[in-house]
Amino acid sequence: MYVALLIFTFGIIRKIVVYARTPQRLNVLTMPAPRTKAGVFIRMLKEVVLFESLFKSSVWTWFFAWLFHAGMVFTLIVHLRYLTNPTWVWVDALIPFNKIASACMAIGILGLLVRRCFVDRVRAISAPSDYLMLVFFLGIPVTGIAMRLLTNTDYSAVTEFAQGIVQLSPKPMSGHIILFLHIAIVCILLVIFPFSKLLHAPGMFFSPSRNQSDNTREINMSKPSKSGTSSTSGTSGINHGE
Amino acid sequence: MANKPTFEMPDFGDLLEGGVVTTPKIKPSAMVHSEPYRASSDHQQALGFPGELIDDWHDVAIARLGELVKSNRGLQVYLDSCTKCGACTDKCHYFLGTGDPNNMPVARQELLRQVYRRHYTIAGKYFPKLVGAKDLTEDVLDEWYTYFHQCSQCRRCSVYCPFGIDTGEVSMAARDIMNTIGVGQKYTNEVVAKVHKIGNNLGLPEPALADTLEGLEEDVIEEIGVPVKFPLDVQGSEVLLITPSADFFAEPHVDGLIGYAKVFHQAGISWTLSSIASEAANFGLFIGSEDQMKKIAVRIREAAIQLGVKRIVFGECGHAWRVAYNYLNTLAGPFDFLDPKYPIPQHIVEVTHELMQQGRILLDASVNDDKRVTFHDSCNVARASGMGGVVSGQFSLPRALIKASCNHFHEMPKGTTGEATFCCGGGGGLLTDELVELRVKGALPRMQALKSVDDNHDITHMVTICAICKSQFTKVLPYYGFQHDQILSLHQLVGDALVFTEHS
Repeated sequence: MYVALLIFTFGIIRKIVVYARTPQRLNVLTMPAPRTKAGVFIRMLKEVVLFESLFKSSVWTWFFAWLFHAGMVFTLIVHLRYLTNPTWVWVDALIPFNKIASACMAIGILGLLVRRCFVDRVRAISAPSDYLMLVFFLGIPVTGIAMRLLTNTDYSAVTEFAQGIVQLSPKPMSGHIILFLHIAIVCILLVIFPFSKLLHAPGMFFSPSRNQSDNTREINMSKPSKSGTSSTSGTSGINHGE
Repeated sequence: MANKPTFEMPDFGDLLEGGVVTTPKIKPSAMVHSEPYRASSDHQQALGFPGELIDDWHDVAIARLGELVKSNRGLQVYLDSCTKCGACTDKCHYFLGTGDPNNMPVARQELLRQVYRRHYTIAGKYFPKLVGAKDLTEDVLDEWYTYFHQCSQCRRCSVYCPFGIDTGEVSMAARDIMNTIGVGQKYTNEVVAKVHKIGNNLGLPEPALADTLEGLEEDVIEEIGVPVKFPLDVQGSEVLLITPSADFFAEPHVDGLIGYAKVFHQAGISWTLSSIASEAANFGLFIGSEDQMKKIAVRIREAAIQLGVKRIVFGECGHAWRVAYNYLNTLAGPFDFLDPKYPIPQHIVEVTHELMQQGRILLDASVNDDKRVTFHDSCNVARASGMGGVVSGQFSLPRALIKASCNHFHEMPKGTTGEATFCCGGGGGLLTDELVELRVKGALPRMQALKSVDDNHDITHMVTICAICKSQFTKVLPYYGFQHDQILSLHQLVGDALVFTEHS
């Protein structure tokens, strides 16, 4: 668990630092583009939160992808219940909706998986890892829901276990095998994250075709300038919408 | 123009309704036979590239890939981020026209990405089969040459990619790597060498250019009785016009040049062409070489200084405007010797549009009442540059000029214009005769859109503002049952509608 978290954290930070340090000497944004930094911020926000470009491309892919990501973000937030003691009020308020969010996540992933298997164009570009990754992701909500429905997991024990992790004094975990599976899949994905296409999450913040502003006639990118066109918006790397 | 295709023509498919283009079933290897002539050693060496495939090509190619990834953030992000979601798979005109799965943008990128994975990612080093990583073999190199020369770098895919991945950047990187190991493309590299040696893509030397321009002056005065000038190397002019060399004699380009000259004449703006920078095109972009792009761009600065002009204006050329708009200042700047009142550089459409708004020129649209026109947005203007200092000005300004010059204007279906425009099929250094099959098939989506607007409105002409589009359409229109002369320069329309009055 610790190893997975460490690999994930340092892997991602390393990659973000590399992206930030790699120069973007020329402007390659896709037009029409905003002319101001505020405009760029709004464009990026629409991309990150709403997946605007994907929507333009294919409504079905967008629907499943967005359902998947939104469901995942929601359940991640609800998982704060295991880390906060006493559970924050607003997290508590979200708990009843968690079932719906998990189901959305599963439906979204299933939709993407079906598309990958049955649309000839998408099948043609898929490597084994592309299917495998979706299967892993599918495993998360499936085990999560199974735990609720099939086992009588002691969730206060889970809270104790999670807080033990956070306080760096891990306690032995007790529980059903499905819980172990749930956590194991998450760990595997954390480890894979910095070395795979999951890098699209930090990567999209650094995509020059989206995060530059349309001011090339006014500035010279080869010289350090006050307006700093090549600067990236949202380099925090914390990926809220993903 | 009798064109008997030696290949199977794609059919129009269902007519476009609401801009939905028919997506073909995939046909593996449908275009594997299509590749441009390779550059001879002379053409290679003229640009400082090895004359032929070097002995240690594999290692040099891998090292060059590493250098590019380290020095180009976009490329690195693009190679890492693709989730193969498939959003781009039905967006490329070459895929839509051929069905070859390697012409799906993601598959084209994968040709390079599989090698990047193998050498520069942990997953690809240890689990190549699992993640789709491949060594750079001679077969892979051949695939690179074939399919990175079936990309016109039009960037339509990047509009639809949720991460903005631009296949154009990937294909530029691949072409750069291939040039570095001695595998160059004849057409592009020959053209770049000609620009360095003679000053323009067509290899038109200064005396011939002067002659041509003189001929144009005679033609115009004969036709309309107005002494419109076509100045060359005139010191102290206000405007230096940089235009694609096709404008000097090819049809329909030259009518565009006549249009610019008429506008300058009527507005009383002194202008000149330059014999050392007698070319707007910058094929350095196509081969992904920043060095070449810079060398070509610097000529323009030198010409501007030498002639003592106050403004630089670009003629109708798509990729040239991309390079000018985005890179001229960065690669060849600063341009502090020019008049800061005007954007540097300006597009001729911006100049004419402003003159029209200020009332300094008058257009009489009824002159063009015999025409019913539509407008083809050129990819590099639409998706890689701007106009007028306003968002989407590259769409609204040309249309404003067309509407002021012609009473019958009709749009092609949605999803085929503006940022979603389809490439003409000849951009990105592919405008060469041996690629005619690719060019004809790649034009299919645009031809479907044209057919659709033509069926509804009986279109006589398609107007455009790019030299490559004009040449490409002149060639491919007849394959689809249109006439080769149905393509018009925007400034021909403007020039014809221009009302000449005595200068006060």
